[in-house]
Amino acid sequence: MINYALALGFIAVSLALLMNLWRLATGPTVMDRVLAVDTMVINTIALIILYGIRESTAVYFESALLMAMFGFISTVAYCRFVLRGDVIE
Amino acid sequence: MNIYIEALIAFHIILGAFFIFVGSFGMIKLPELMSRLHGPSKATTLGVGGFLVGSMIHFGATEGRISIQEILITFFLFITAPVTAHFIAKAYMHAELKPEKLPKPDGRYGWNTYTSVEDVKLAARDQATGSDLQG
Repeated sequence: MINYALALGFIAVSLALLMNLWRLATGPTVMDRVLAVDTMVINTIALIILYGIRESTAVYFESALLMAMFGFISTVAYCRFVLRGDVIE
Repeated sequence: MNIYIEALIAFHIILGAFFIFVGSFGMIKLPELMSRLHGPSKATTLGVGGFLVGSMIHFGATEGRISIQEILITFFLFITAPVTAHFIAKAYMHAELKPEKLPKPDGRYGWNTYTSVEDVKLAARDQATGSDLQG
């Protein structure tokens, strides 16, 4: 039962990543692209968690935690760059 | 593994997959960025939360322990998602929208994010001296 649910989850997250890629390529403004990158990071975390459940090992969760931190920091840095023209003043 | 626990894990994974798909579909479907922000900042975070709850139940059932990493990831994502959405909306307002085209808020003053520190000091001085320049 879990295997079917995992297959459905992999398909849904992959389609979501493709839609984010579409928004990243065609986004009209800069902030659309920043939003697309931020969503792609969250979807990649979801993919790593699903892979951890499938392999039944907790090794990958540290990398998911690292991706969550660096995704947040990079999004804030992009937004500050658009807002102020500089990341650290 | 117990069939009910297995069904519970599968339910949480399907719930998370549905919300992640809906969040990204909203980001592609909605007309402009201020409405597009709703999908990733709410639905996608909830979807990852569903995956993490399923993973927590899975590792609790197979290995008999609650792993701390899932709780950390959940807390981190749920704390940082509103901050990220706020930053993106603010940068979008400053980069694309002009304050004249926005609806005017109630009260004496305009949108706070377009107000500089000097404006706030001037308004406070006006209020102290009694003159009403804001109209």
